[in-house]
Amino acid sequence: MKSDIARHALHPRLVWLTAAFLALPAWAHEQQGQAAGFVSGLQHPLSGLDHVLAMVAVGLWGAQLGAPAIWLLPVTFPLVMACGGFLGLVGVPLPGVEIAIAASAMLLGAMVAAQLRPPLWLAAVAVAFFAVFHGHAHGTELPSGQSGLLYSVGFVAATGCLHATGIAIGLIHRWPQGRIALRAAGAAVAAAGVVFLWGALA
Amino acid sequence: MMRRPLAAIAGAALLLVPGIAHAHLLNTGLGPVYDGISHLFLSVEDLLPVAAMALLAGLNGPVAGRRALFALPAAWLAGGFAGYLVAVAILPTGITALSLLVLGILTAADRRIRPAIVTALAAALGLLHGWLNGAAIATAGREAMELIGIAGAILVVAALVSALVVSLRLSWARIAVRVAGSWIAATGLLLLGWTLSGRL
Repeated sequence: MKSDIARHALHPRLVWLTAAFLALPAWAHEQQGQAAGFVSGLQHPLSGLDHVLAMVAVGLWGAQLGAPAIWLLPVTFPLVMACGGFLGLVGVPLPGVEIAIAASAMLLGAMVAAQLRPPLWLAAVAVAFFAVFHGHAHGTELPSGQSGLLYSVGFVAATGCLHATGIAIGLIHRWPQGRIALRAAGAAVAAAGVVFLWGALA
Repeated sequence: MMRRPLAAIAGAALLLVPGIAHAHLLNTGLGPVYDGISHLFLSVEDLLPVAAMALLAGLNGPVAGRRALFALPAAWLAGGFAGYLVAVAILPTGITALSLLVLGILTAADRRIRPAIVTALAAALGLLHGWLNGAAIATAGREAMELIGIAGAILVVAALVSALVVSLRLSWARIAVRVAGSWIAATGLLLLGWTLSGRL
């Protein structure tokens, strides 16, 4: 009688286990971690306020400088940022990454606050210089088990969207009151950069 | 009493049997052609280069767009069948990264390229990625008809994207395409880094 009960109890378990363990491996290797990789990449640039402010400041500065800087800076930044990420991925060390990121927010904010108009090549070189550090710091932090390609797509797209946000805000530059507000926003970014720099040096 | 240990052994054996790893191939249950169509839309490593190629072809005008539209799926099919017959992925896995990098930089630069060169790029992209698809399909023991679905989906994506870009008249819209190109190139460069670092 006992063995009958045990036998009957065993069968549903076996059926359940068989179904559960047969189903998972059949699909486990198909695009595993793809969505998670994209979301991780999308979230990563938003996880650090220093990175967010610097990206938005690039957009603000581009909008303030007008064409062709308004599109040249956002085109330049992701490419050079990826160069920084590439250096980090192949193991090339970069000294003072956190200091450079804090300095980027401070200097880019100061440019907007002072409404400086350097030659286009100089603005592009300054933005590209800082982009290397941002890419080195953020582009290499893929959580294990997730797709590197989707992480990269999400990371680049999020950075680009931060630039676009900066450009959209910077369009208030067309109005006299907007110019003052834009310079005030630049000063706020620069002040935050000083705080980040203090933290990085401490 | 004999049944319980046998059942337990059978159960343990079932746990140890691995399932079939289809890699990046899909099983929709609708047949190989639909599996191929689904593969393209769910495989960013193939979809993104196709979109980049279509952007570049569209930026270079209707003649380049028309030629690339037919060269890309035809080459993909030819490369796919060749890869299926050989059944060995002899190409480096970083091929996607290089495709994205080259096509993204050319799109971001927006330099006029002759239609013959755009067609050659489309054919090269199709042959390389098609070969990898075909080899993967053969290795997984699946039907070559999946390549028909993949090529058909590529034709539709390339037609829609390149036609949209050719029709753009506003300067800012063209700049948006160039920005998309820079994003694609940046993704390709990061992917190259992942591949070289061995962390993928």
